[in-house]
Amino acid sequence: MGPLLEIQDLEVRYFTGEGVVEAVNGINLTVDRGENLGLVGETGAGKTTTALSILRLLPDPPGRITGGSVRFCGEELRAKTEREMRAIRGGKISMIFQDPMTALNPVIRVGEQIAEVILLHDRISRAEAERRALEMLELVGIPAERGMEYPHQFSGGMKQRVVIAIALACSPELLIADEPTTALDVTVQAQVLELMRRLREKLGTAMVLITHDLGVVAETCDRVAVMYAGEVVESGSLEDIFERAAHPYTVGLFQSIPSMDEDVDMLTPIPGLMPDPTRLPKGCKFHPRCPKAEARCGEICPGTVELSPGHAVRCLLYGGAQGKG
Amino acid sequence: MTAVDVILEGRELRKEFDVAAGKLHAVDGVTFQIQRGRTLGVVGESGCGKSTLGQLLLGLTGVSGGRILFKGEDVTHAKGVRRRALRREMQMIFQDPMSSLDPRLCAMELIAEPLQIYKVCPSRAALEERVRGLMELVGISERMMYAYPHELDGGRRQRIGIARALALEPDFIVCDEPVSALDVSIQAQVLNLLKQLQRDRGLTYLFITHDLSVVKHISDDILVMYMGQMVEKAPSKTLFRAPMHPYTKGLLSAIPIPSLHGRRDRIIMEGEITSPVNPKPGCRFAARCPYAQERCRREQPDLRELEPGHFVGCHYAPELSGGG
Repeated sequence: MGPLLEIQDLEVRYFTGEGVVEAVNGINLTVDRGENLGLVGETGAGKTTTALSILRLLPDPPGRITGGSVRFCGEELRAKTEREMRAIRGGKISMIFQDPMTALNPVIRVGEQIAEVILLHDRISRAEAERRALEMLELVGIPAERGMEYPHQFSGGMKQRVVIAIALACSPELLIADEPTTALDVTVQAQVLELMRRLREKLGTAMVLITHDLGVVAETCDRVAVMYAGEVVESGSLEDIFERAAHPYTVGLFQSIPSMDEDVDMLTPIPGLMPDPTRLPKGCKFHPRCPKAEARCGEICPGTVELSPGHAVRCLLYGGAQGKG
Repeated sequence: MTAVDVILEGRELRKEFDVAAGKLHAVDGVTFQIQRGRTLGVVGESGCGKSTLGQLLLGLTGVSGGRILFKGEDVTHAKGVRRRALRREMQMIFQDPMSSLDPRLCAMELIAEPLQIYKVCPSRAALEERVRGLMELVGISERMMYAYPHELDGGRRQRIGIARALALEPDFIVCDEPVSALDVSIQAQVLNLLKQLQRDRGLTYLFITHDLSVVKHISDDILVMYMGQMVEKAPSKTLFRAPMHPYTKGLLSAIPIPSLHGRRDRIIMEGEITSPVNPKPGCRFAARCPYAQERCRREQPDLRELEPGHFVGCHYAPELSGGG
């Protein structure tokens, strides 16, 4: 049996008035059944665009998938009709967004919002769907009687629990969570992450967790892919990334975070800024900010090199000069 | 500690807001001192009153009770000319530069604005010279001089916010979540800049944030707030090494650590912070506290100095910290 999700050479462009935004530039990712992949990177790295491309939710125009393939259970999602995609979204692949307030409908009771997704995907009666909706509420730690309430009556953490209940209501095989805890306070974040871990274990759902927080990744993921300027610059197991980080960008990210264990006087930030996605640098896209850059880094696009089984890096320091752009 | 060292002092500060449901005790009995050239970090979750505290200190909102002493002078109710003069000495850096910077002014005009208001520069040339100097100080290149906020990235926008705050050469700056909107690589650049400026100019900061790794990095002392009250105050190292209040412990254990080692046993607190509207007597954390006793729900704990410089507002703190 192949991987649950397989992304190959995915390329996404936004065609805007100011130029073509090269948002995703040939990324390869796989997610196995039950696996938890962390997709890490800073603003503009292409994480959310990648997630929206999987579900074909890119705003078009201006966004368009211009190349590559996205296969789910061996089937090409790019070849699906819109009708087929609707059956997949929320059914086999669900998504959790960052801000629960904008993900919930403010004028519909939360129980009904959960029942709605069940009714859309399963051929069952309304009463049965509502019963299952209340079960889902209990599962995420909210008393069933609160299903009669509206989103504004819930706190931020509770709202995100409702969103999780909606996402998992049809037992999807893959859950895409885009910064699910970023809008929450740290003690509530701990509650929600714990809930997600427990539910995924129980339901066996695979997950792509999009986050900028390496701490969250360390606590929840099995594998990590680090994105920069629309490329996966490094990927590997948790140990590969957290203990044997190879790409200068990954190393720089870790050095930028103030440590909780050590006392350092000054941090070591990555110099410079994210490149303009309409005018990405030639060669390696990180080379203008890279402390280890050489002259050839500005000319040759590094290909992907496997350092050890499963640990891949895209940097000329490790060879791969023959790689394509 | 001599009296001369203390640049700012808050005594029993209180701020109440009238809301539909009653009185919201946003800040309730906060007392602290900041020594010149040092940083007091204020941490807590949304709605704990940390931003209101910063606004009280700068006179952006009036106090409901308590006193603010700046350089030994009572400035709690300073108005008019005195308040205007104080604003030169006490400044603020805001969280979101996109909403604190006028979108119709370019970088040059934004940084010049405080200098013009206080008529600091005698001529146009002197003003431009001063703005150039400030831009260099905060690391914005001169070619950005005529760029508008929307043309700049978050890091540069925040640097303009810092330049504006520094323009009048204040002694004291309230930094309200200054790096929360920034990516980590940019956040590190701005934190280093703030530290460097403090070192070079002897600035004093009140640093408000919800990010515990940031507050640990930048602060000398830390004040932890919960529902408007201070629950613990200690030197930064002490607080992180040996927190005593159950809330501080829960907060520290909730932080995801970007490392595969040193994972701790996590204390997951139940419930969420609520608004302190007409708060009931007793400890405000009692509803979420795993160790709460009958007494906690009845009687509000005083802040006690359990070790030199380490203040804790918990009836049972010393016993609890032994058992972990």
